[in-house]
Amino acid sequence: MSFAVLSQQLRRRAQRTEKSIWYTLASIGLILLVGSAYTLSTDGTLSFLMPNYLLQQMKIASFLGIAATGMMLVILLGHIDLSLPWVLATSAMLATAVGGWVALPYGLCIGAFVGLLNGLGVAYLRVPSMIFTLGMNTVLKGLMVVFTGGFAPRSEAPEWMEVLAVGTMLGIPNSLFVWTAIGIAVVFILTKTPFGRYVYAVGNQEQAVFLSGVRTPWIIVGAFVLCGICAAVTGMLLAGFSHKAYQAMGDDYLMPAIAAVVIGGTNILGGRGTYMGTVLGTITIVLLSSMLSVMQMPEAGRQIIYGAVIIGMLLVYGRQEEH
Amino acid sequence: MKHWRLYFKQNQGLLVAIGLFLFFYGAYSSLHPQGFTAALFNQNSNECFALVMAAMAQTIPVLTGGLDLSVGAILTLVNCLASELLGGTAVENAIGFAACLLAGLACGFCNGCLVVYGRLQPIIATLASSAIFIGIALFIRPTPGGTVNGDLAFAMTYDLNEALMAVGLSGLSGSLAWCGQIPTTVFFALLMALIWTFFKRTQFGLEAYAIGASAEAAFMSGVQVKRAKLIAYSLAGFFAGVGGLYLALQTSSGNANIPQASAYTLNSIAAVVIGGTSLYGGMGGAIGSIFGALVLRSVAFNFRVIDEQSALGFLANPLYQPLVEGVVLLAAVSIGAFWVFRIKNRLEIFK
Amino acid sequence: MSEPSPFLQLRGICKRYGGVTALDRVDFSCTAGTIHAILGENGAGKSTLIKTISGVVQADEGEIALEGRPVQFTHPVEANRAGIICIFQELSLLPTLSVAQNIGIGQQTKRFGLLDQKVQIRKAEELLARVGCEDINPRTWVRDLPLSRRQMVEIAKALGKDPRLLILDEATSALTSADVEKVFDILRKLRDDGLVLLYISHRMNEIKELSDVMSVFRNGQHIETFPKGRHGDEEIVELMIGRDMGHVFPPKPPPVAERAPVLQVKNLSWERQLDDISLDLGKGEILGLGGLDGQGQKEFLLALFGVLKDATGTIEVEGKRVEIAGPQAAKSEVLGLALVPEDRKTEGLILSMSIGQNASLASLRQFRKGLRVDTQAESERVAEMLRRLQIKIGAVDDPVSSLSGGNQQKVVLAKWLMTNPNILMLNDPTRGIDVGTKQELYQLFRELADAGTSILLYSTDYDELIGLCDRVMILYQGRIVRELSGDEITETHIVASSLNLHESSETSRNDQYLSSEAS
Repeated sequence: MSFAVLSQQLRRRAQRTEKSIWYTLASIGLILLVGSAYTLSTDGTLSFLMPNYLLQQMKIASFLGIAATGMMLVILLGHIDLSLPWVLATSAMLATAVGGWVALPYGLCIGAFVGLLNGLGVAYLRVPSMIFTLGMNTVLKGLMVVFTGGFAPRSEAPEWMEVLAVGTMLGIPNSLFVWTAIGIAVVFILTKTPFGRYVYAVGNQEQAVFLSGVRTPWIIVGAFVLCGICAAVTGMLLAGFSHKAYQAMGDDYLMPAIAAVVIGGTNILGGRGTYMGTVLGTITIVLLSSMLSVMQMPEAGRQIIYGAVIIGMLLVYGRQEEH
Repeated sequence: MKHWRLYFKQNQGLLVAIGLFLFFYGAYSSLHPQGFTAALFNQNSNECFALVMAAMAQTIPVLTGGLDLSVGAILTLVNCLASELLGGTAVENAIGFAACLLAGLACGFCNGCLVVYGRLQPIIATLASSAIFIGIALFIRPTPGGTVNGDLAFAMTYDLNEALMAVGLSGLSGSLAWCGQIPTTVFFALLMALIWTFFKRTQFGLEAYAIGASAEAAFMSGVQVKRAKLIAYSLAGFFAGVGGLYLALQTSSGNANIPQASAYTLNSIAAVVIGGTSLYGGMGGAIGSIFGALVLRSVAFNFRVIDEQSALGFLANPLYQPLVEGVVLLAAVSIGAFWVFRIKNRLEIFK
Repeated sequence: MSEPSPFLQLRGICKRYGGVTALDRVDFSCTAGTIHAILGENGAGKSTLIKTISGVVQADEGEIALEGRPVQFTHPVEANRAGIICIFQELSLLPTLSVAQNIGIGQQTKRFGLLDQKVQIRKAEELLARVGCEDINPRTWVRDLPLSRRQMVEIAKALGKDPRLLILDEATSALTSADVEKVFDILRKLRDDGLVLLYISHRMNEIKELSDVMSVFRNGQHIETFPKGRHGDEEIVELMIGRDMGHVFPPKPPPVAERAPVLQVKNLSWERQLDDISLDLGKGEILGLGGLDGQGQKEFLLALFGVLKDATGTIEVEGKRVEIAGPQAAKSEVLGLALVPEDRKTEGLILSMSIGQNASLASLRQFRKGLRVDTQAESERVAEMLRRLQIKIGAVDDPVSSLSGGNQQKVVLAKWLMTNPNILMLNDPTRGIDVGTKQELYQLFRELADAGTSILLYSTDYDELIGLCDRVMILYQGRIVRELSGDEITETHIVASSLNLHESSETSRNDQYLSSEAS
């Protein structure tokens, strides 16, 4: 294959790659630069760029990444899932309570079941997803309060959870393998299966998809089920990481998951977005967060920078068209 | 007569919300050992005021077809600001008061600019701005604290009589004596409701509804969409600021608590939906949202007074309360779903 | 005696949308104190003319002069200020606002900064009374009014803006006949007061009754303007149709006496729109549905496609009774139905997705290899279909929004042809499409029919019904009022049946017209 043909192919590929991917890559680069500059200036090391440190960040990123994966599917439809926090917590709490190997299918089923309910409410009752999933979140929280008696859950996470969350294989964190596996599955679904095509199509124009003879409610239900499963996986990994499930363990994952998806170039109204973007968006947020903590930035500064970065990036490539 | 029938039809959501409120608060009052007393009413209304303001704030962007996820954050920011500015002399407090209200307005205006000039989607714009506002709140108040003038706080959390006496006037007597017993918060809520009604009757209020009803038709009719949206988001910030201001007076401190801010935001959305405003825009109003907020709070109140021996006794157990609150919320928002079953042309569900 | 100077004059106006010329060097003028009808078939340019005059779109070339002075409108509101008011079909009404608010928006009177609601309501009442709709409560939400009342509100709103030139674009299509008369009286009075009224309609009876002057447009060109009475009905129709080479239809096969029925509909009824419809569709037949807009044709196709709930009556496919649960069941191999919907931009295509993805959207199941889509087979089939339909594209990955209207419609057709349908239903497929593409589509339809696909064609274009169809069913208010076959399919018969007139006596014609109620 000649150089000319190759370069032309690459150029066309580059043209078609979403703006967001370039910008998130650039942001990641920038964050690594700033972080390293900081560590260089304070203790003379490039600890920010150390492989150990970066792998640690990727481990943390994998938790958020899995949650963001599920959220992305729902956002592609033009919906949103505000029940992520407590689906995550519920799966974690109930799975750890059951314990053993059974905990895995048990937890996944819980996530899938709640996703099913969310999907039915949105697809058939046509309740706006924002409010339905919000209500579902509150119900799950209530159920868990009853279940745990208001106390912190006491069941230890089964060993496999801890191995997946904390262990490594060949030096790479297991959770990263889990994220990769889920990522590969989702990319396959989105790009290679009819379901994936329908997800993008429904996010763009549900009416036209319906009139093309597709059962659009099933697509919506399917996406919410997958989102629930992803939330459940995140919950169980998190329980493994902390050895136990704990109250409100999912609350810190909702907004970052949405932000990761949106920074990654997925349109909040649905219909457009790539998984690579979500991955890069997740890494951007995690690295930004850790850079700020390395710089020992007080929480105030962290929040402000977090919000400003999101706005800044979206002002570049996330604006709506003029009328 | 025909006017009344029309009114009922167009304000279904509001009337249902009022009905739900009367039901839940009525149940609470009747079950309460003290019954309906002025002191109890005062305490309850104080507990509701901040959420009522958050709900009013959320209503306006929702009417234009958008959303404001930073309501709780603005509330918290102004709360912390107030805890800094309201600890001095009367003059200083007055300036501080005004500064807080202005801060709320300014935050709302920033949201408006992001949506109008930045052309960012409201959900994501306000999500990001909420982080910035909370950050500023944390900057002002890294740990809970601050000082609030005691008399001012006292005046704002009791009834009108106390408020008047704090300012140096005598309490109300004679035929107006009962007025003196109105909690200050109720008085201010009525004032805010008046401000809302004023807004609704202006050109900008009408334009907000128009944009939510049909952005295209509004544009074709000459509505200045940009200006109307800026005003909508600014007013939302103002109401959120009032809520934050009150929270400072009520707790005599500022607390940049992120989960609490988040709770206010999400509850404000629930209150708006329960109050009859459509999340798609163009329909509803802040009065309904006020009652939506009151419904949310009243449901919670009931848990305090449930008789353990009665059929619903299990609810007295505080463990079950969040669950019941959640179920009530989910049921309330699903009620409106029955139109789907009456549809004869399936294409209509996509409208 | 010199002619009064024109109120509005267009010179050399051109407007293009992509590859299609909507207005082609149009010279047009109208004078004060006239009711000026604009005639032409679909795609003739009437709509674009109106949009140009009323400021919704800007012409690419040419000038507009108002009372001698050149003007340029960049927004409908500017045109409004100059006194040019256009009555749309519902586009400018806000559904969850009251009638009074809709009428008053943009021109409110204020009292202490607040909108004066009493004045707003009084003004609305006055205007509603002017259009003879005193029974409408100005506080009602527009969305709660039936379609004909909404139209009257639209008219009242227009009157409230003090028009000097009033444009009505099919403004009476949704009105009851009683309301139509009221509107006519108002229009005549406005004319006597010195307004210019531009009136678009394809109801010849209304035009003949109302207008003073008529202008005929065809293919984006202004053909002729003449006072009422100069040309008879047939001449006018001839001007509208022309002798264009663009409307060449492929030859129809001789009428086949016995066709095996592929579809048999018996007593189909639904809500108010479909009333006891029975028809048979033969194999390889092109059956046309005609009639005025909104007489149930669209609903009929939707019912067959399973989109409508609780329709009564029976449907038989290939002799077997079927229940069509929804579009997915309809397109299955058992039933083999396909529907090319009315609005290609929102119902037929996903504009932001690629041409290839749109084309395969209804037939992905065919390309399933395990869990995945066999993209190789898919792209081959898509390419084959694009070739067959002669769709000219840049690359198959380009978004379908980059194509012209005609090519977009071809993609919709491609999508459905890929499902190998037995029965192809078309909802006004050539609306807004250039002449060249129309020809190609006609050829395609005939080929499909000859190969055995049965076609149900709803068209608002008489030419198509005459040139393509083996038989035509005319619908009026949800009922089939006439079946025409072979040589019976003529313009006269179609038009007459569309108005539910039969070649009976002249005297009964007006009675029937006045007593018939449009929905």
